[in-house]
Amino acid sequence: MQSFDIIVIGSGPGGYVAAIRAAQLGKKVALVEKENLGGVCLNWGCIPTKALLRSAEIYHLMHRLEDFGLSAQNIKFDLKKIVARSRAVATQLSQGIAHLLKKNKVTVIKGHGKLLGQKKVQVGNDTLTAPHIILATGARPRILPGLEPDQKFVWTSKEAMIPEEFPNKLLVVGSGAIGMEFASFYKTLGAEVTVVELQPRILPVEDEEISKLAQKSFEKQGMKIYTGSTVKSLQKGKTVKAIIETAGKTQEITVDRVIVAIGILANTEALGLENTKVKVEKGQIKVNPWSETDEPGVYAIGDLTGPPWLAHKASHEGIICVEKIAGVKGIHPLSAQNVPGCTYSIPQIASVGLTEATAKAKGLKIRVGSFPYKGNGKAIALGEDEGLIKTIFDANTGELLGAHMIGAEVTELIQGYTLAKTLETTEEELMHTVFPHPTLSEMMHEAVLSAFDRVIHF
Amino acid sequence: MPIKILMPALSPTMTEGNLVKWHKKEGDAVKSGDLIAEIETDKATMEVEAVDEGIIGKILIPEASENVKVNSTIAILLEKGESLADLEGFITTDAPLSPMKEVVLETVEPVIVAEVPRSTSASRIFATPLAKRIAGDRGLNLAHITGSGPHGRIIKDDVLAYTPGRSTAAIIAGPSPFQDRPVSNMRKVIGKRLTESKQTVPHFYLTIDCAIDALMQTRKSLNENLPNTKLTVNDFVVKAVGMALQEVPEANAIWLGDSIRYFTQADVSIAVALEDGLITPIVRGVNLKNLVALSSEIKELVQKAKDGKLKPEEFQGGAFTISNLGMYGIQQFGAIINPPQACILAVGAGVQKPVVVEGDIGISTLMTCTLSVDHRVVDGAVGSTFLAAFKKYIENPALLLLGDL
Repeated sequence: MQSFDIIVIGSGPGGYVAAIRAAQLGKKVALVEKENLGGVCLNWGCIPTKALLRSAEIYHLMHRLEDFGLSAQNIKFDLKKIVARSRAVATQLSQGIAHLLKKNKVTVIKGHGKLLGQKKVQVGNDTLTAPHIILATGARPRILPGLEPDQKFVWTSKEAMIPEEFPNKLLVVGSGAIGMEFASFYKTLGAEVTVVELQPRILPVEDEEISKLAQKSFEKQGMKIYTGSTVKSLQKGKTVKAIIETAGKTQEITVDRVIVAIGILANTEALGLENTKVKVEKGQIKVNPWSETDEPGVYAIGDLTGPPWLAHKASHEGIICVEKIAGVKGIHPLSAQNVPGCTYSIPQIASVGLTEATAKAKGLKIRVGSFPYKGNGKAIALGEDEGLIKTIFDANTGELLGAHMIGAEVTELIQGYTLAKTLETTEEELMHTVFPHPTLSEMMHEAVLSAFDRVIHF
Repeated sequence: MPIKILMPALSPTMTEGNLVKWHKKEGDAVKSGDLIAEIETDKATMEVEAVDEGIIGKILIPEASENVKVNSTIAILLEKGESLADLEGFITTDAPLSPMKEVVLETVEPVIVAEVPRSTSASRIFATPLAKRIAGDRGLNLAHITGSGPHGRIIKDDVLAYTPGRSTAAIIAGPSPFQDRPVSNMRKVIGKRLTESKQTVPHFYLTIDCAIDALMQTRKSLNENLPNTKLTVNDFVVKAVGMALQEVPEANAIWLGDSIRYFTQADVSIAVALEDGLITPIVRGVNLKNLVALSSEIKELVQKAKDGKLKPEEFQGGAFTISNLGMYGIQQFGAIINPPQACILAVGAGVQKPVVVEGDIGISTLMTCTLSVDHRVVDGAVGSTFLAAFKKYIENPALLLLGDL
């Protein structure tokens, strides 16, 4: 029986980061993985989709060449090559993880890890033991009755990122980040895309103003969006006939493929939780703010413990969990308010902290600022003058409560506000921060100034 | 040559004090009269002003340092044209053996470590901008808040979780059935001096009733006719004490061990209750001032006392103290003498009582006053003569309006 200081089950962005941090802190670490290193994020999520979307973005720009005084003929794409590049990127990064783990002397154990209780983990025929066991087995796409994936007509995100044929007509069910990224990818490459969302607006976790701008932008590109709607049934033949119901009225559309992206389910099964006191509530493992489960010495991080279902949330929970175990001083539980969220569609959407509605619902007295892309020199020079940056401050304390963005490169910009939130700056420090000119980031400055009626360029 | 900035003695009895705050940091230019630091003395927090002009070269005693000896070097000032290099030479070279250098060396070395328990990180409080803003808005002192952020940085949550008068640790551990509050300098002084007084000064007590009906009437009439003044009973008491001291100068004295010092002027200390203790600002030359002037001076001194802004000369000295608890409804009490003074007058509330005047029972407003006397300085007869004089002035307030008799 091999013994370790810490065993991590699952090598996604939660697990492998936790393992490396634990190793840095001098712990003897085992990382158990049954598939490829890097988990869904690296192999079937964040990374390969960004590769796909990069192809779409370039293709999109190529169709706008004349705007920039350029021209080209016979613009087309090769789906196989786009997918092949996406897979190559995933493979490259997965190998990178293997290297990092080796460098940090983390013992990688291939196989399915299962808790046996009493600080033991079974992997195949081996038994490992450690005083601390971190569960990081992630999640899988949620399935809706009647919309079960069949790997042919009805896809999950996994099939959607390795298409063999291009679906000319596509139905996307669910308008969260995953749904909208695929909708945007296929739309940009020329598919006819219909999005069905149960909630009254797309990207329902985002600020309402941003959601509306996003919907307007997608619709302008030709996407059909049905909010407050459900898919009643799918009839599969050569194509798929889908009945969409909106406010009691139904309509039928015909599509080639359906992507179901209605959330995810935690992978809590077959983990041997029954051998422990670990509790599962509403499909998620119950943990305290330090990622501790009800079983002493067993921790759970990332998608297993609930939303936001984000790789960086899992990574950071992993780091905090391990640092707590190692007794590192000055650490705090992760604040959901400081976890940014990004959607890499065209246009991009990014946010951190409270939305205007949540801030108001909390009874906070707020100041709201915003600045449009069309007021920014760099945005106009880039030919990207659609978008908005919005800030929400506590009127009493000057705390930056939230920031919401839509437009070019916002997924790279949001980090500025995340840093500001983590360092607990007030509007004063943000106002006195020098933003380089000309950059898109200047809009972040202006959106702060705007909240205090001091906007310069609009 | 660099100039030493020494821990000032803000009172003759002060041997050490706390360096509360630096208003200048190393590298700051100062000119004569600039506020450079705050020092907590026995009784109050004092501002220290620069005497010389120059640049603060090195701060040797960080702020929030306790028990800094008077005359120890707390910082070194560089004169015009001097640089940090001069400072280095100043502190370390063996060349010209001046007494000043020795003093500096003495201070630089173990003194800081030995005398300044909280010095390690106290020189600068690390807090996030938001934490600072919220603490400021709530009037909380960041120095009392324990930071839980990286390197002990104070974050928003630390400020929100902080309750004044409780340590953060106590909050984490759950509600405590008691609170241990550190003894402030003022309480230490009160404790030390009053214990000493009660144990070593031979107190005796003289009590007298003063009818203040006439005084109340005079006060009422004056207040009705003086638009900007509201005279208090206490103002009359202070004036009466001043005039009685002039009449019985033997009671206007302090004990010096080998001698007794008699004062020619009536400097009267008034006990003022503060949030955490009391202080006795002095009204000087009471005999020379009219009631209106006295009243406004007393108000000003009381306010300064409550704001902690009294200068040492405003609360040190005097031969006689008045402690008035009448406003609390106290009828009579015996106060502890404030050495080296010899007398303290404890003034009670004015209460209507039946009195017998020439065989008839009438109603009179009586104020009971008890004089605590140091028998080494003032004997029973002198004390009684003083009290009788006091009573005469209180009961005949017109005399108080005459000024110095």
